[in-house]
Amino acid sequence: MDIELITNILYATIRTGTPLLLVALGEIICEKSGVLNLGQEGMMLLGAVAGFIAMYHSDSFLIGFGAAALTGVLISLAFAFIALHLNASQVAAGLALTILATGLSAFIGADYEGKTVTALPALTIDGLAAIPVIGKALFAQDAIVYLSWVLVILAYLFFKHHRAGLAVRAVGENPSVASNLGLPVMSIRYLAVMFGGALAGIAGAYLSLAYTPLWTENMTAGRGWIALALVVFASWRVERVMLGAYLFGFASIMHLVAQGLGLSVDGNLLAMMPYLATLAVLFILSRDPQKQRLFEPMSLAKPWHKGH
Amino acid sequence: MIRLEARVQHSTVWGYSSPLLAVLLTLLTGYILFAALGQSPSEALYTFFIAPIADWYGISELLVKTIPILLCAYGLALCFRASVWNIGAEGQLLMGGVAASAVATLFVHSDSIWAMPLTLLAGIAGGIGWAALAAFMKLRLNTNEILVTIMMNYIALNILLWAVHGPLKDPDGFNFPESALFGDSTLLPVLFADTRLHLGLVFCAIAMALSWLFISKSFLGFQTQVLGQDPSAAKMAGFNQTKLVTLVLLVCGALAGLAGAGEVAGPIGQLVPQISPGYGYAAIIVAFLGRLHPVGITLAGLLMGLIYMGGEMAQIELGLPNAITGIFQGLMLFFLLSCDVLIRYRVRFKRFDKSNSADNTSSSLAPQAQE
Repeated sequence: MDIELITNILYATIRTGTPLLLVALGEIICEKSGVLNLGQEGMMLLGAVAGFIAMYHSDSFLIGFGAAALTGVLISLAFAFIALHLNASQVAAGLALTILATGLSAFIGADYEGKTVTALPALTIDGLAAIPVIGKALFAQDAIVYLSWVLVILAYLFFKHHRAGLAVRAVGENPSVASNLGLPVMSIRYLAVMFGGALAGIAGAYLSLAYTPLWTENMTAGRGWIALALVVFASWRVERVMLGAYLFGFASIMHLVAQGLGLSVDGNLLAMMPYLATLAVLFILSRDPQKQRLFEPMSLAKPWHKGH
Repeated sequence: MIRLEARVQHSTVWGYSSPLLAVLLTLLTGYILFAALGQSPSEALYTFFIAPIADWYGISELLVKTIPILLCAYGLALCFRASVWNIGAEGQLLMGGVAASAVATLFVHSDSIWAMPLTLLAGIAGGIGWAALAAFMKLRLNTNEILVTIMMNYIALNILLWAVHGPLKDPDGFNFPESALFGDSTLLPVLFADTRLHLGLVFCAIAMALSWLFISKSFLGFQTQVLGQDPSAAKMAGFNQTKLVTLVLLVCGALAGLAGAGEVAGPIGQLVPQISPGYGYAAIIVAFLGRLHPVGITLAGLLMGLIYMGGEMAQIELGLPNAITGIFQGLMLFFLLSCDVLIRYRVRFKRFDKSNSADNTSSSLAPQAQE
């Protein structure tokens, strides 16, 4: 393998991992508050189509990504209402969200199927981008990649050093105690779900506006589900989710690697790689259930109401 | 002012009524949706829900669509009763279709009486194999079955695509990604002349009867139920959890695999990339809507089949995207989960009282349960 290929693999790894990183980050914050939202795949799809349509008509990336984030927030509110207010099973409500949002995205996007927009341009930092091997991957990416790094740092600081982060964790560990301490459990959980929705929307739009600037039905191809596995992989820690997302980005671009090594493997078999990698990761992590439980928010997916 | 009050006992009446209310709300939303799309809502609803089954052929087609959904849903209901979140019926169906096709293509020019039974058995084996992997990962490797089964759905789809582009591709097929047309000896017999209604309907009836017997008459079914509702009680009673979880997953896999085999050896007659428009996912909704009971599931499955047909009809007659099917499916599950709140809570309408309005407004606006 030559240097140029390695440079390109690193660059593509980060781009491929970025949507996963964004969704998983949103889901971590959601799960830290004790809410399991299995609707990430659907919210990503809606974000992808809403962002695409907004961009198609406005030609503004700000409007495109803004529309995607807003769509993610709005649809996540529907989930929050039935899961938090009506006390439905969070698992069932999340599945319902994905089924509804997948249908909605295909319906709204039917007229835009296969159309294209200009891709989100790279913000190259001259000089640094010229560093061999890593320069292109780190300093020639687009704004959303940089945004994802900023968000990881902010989320890290939020949970480690900020009162609000502590409040989210308290609500996720024991909502009754948190409530007795005067924390607004419901509001915190609503905000966490909405934040997850916004990030899933942006992640979807990253696919339709930057990664492959076009809309096709079901274009997320399970990335929302993979992100849910990533949260387990990262054991609910933001710094580890970054590592996981890029590992998966790497697994998804195996065809580039195979090409570089001169291998010819069937495309459909290579397309399985990210899913097989997810399964492998799940095995490895689940071998020690005790350790797993140590990091999982105690009240995750458990319905709660004031006065219990 | 509306507020929710927890019931002492779950309401049986709402257990039955909430699916009906969910369907009504879905129809109402459909009415509004069609109006918003500039269609005449009543005409559109007629096109969607009545026109497809206006004649005998339409009804037979409805049954053809419903067969795979029901086969998957009966199996899923067993899993959900045991609190095993199997989302993998879709993948099990696809693997059943692939395995059945692998056998069926061996019999293209044969008139052996074994062709059809072996094809079906291969389909069942394919579904069981795929479900067994999920069971192994859940029980031995302790992985979350939701994520595992969803990943396996995507893997199964890729295996199907690989098969139709590779080993099972018809060499005389002008390079189309599809298998050879199955021989007549492989195809499931049609039950009524001039329809596509096939033997799968009989399998469906048997599956319904057996799953009803299992749930309401067998000790194993009782154990499954206990395991689902209270795992620690099941453990105390000495029920074998591994055995029960494996059993429900394998039964579901077998039924879903049969559904896949029934599609390729039935109405489709060959392996193509699109053997399922998401039947395995639709079956999840059907299982819930049917209250995990075989009779309820059968009714819900017919409704789901109708939604699939209505979607196609709306595309042809009204020029609406076929994806409207997905919206109706999602809405129905959403409304069902919302209406189910009535099983556990009582809705109280409180008159706005001046004396305590100050401290009442904030709490009574939000329908919170006070237990």
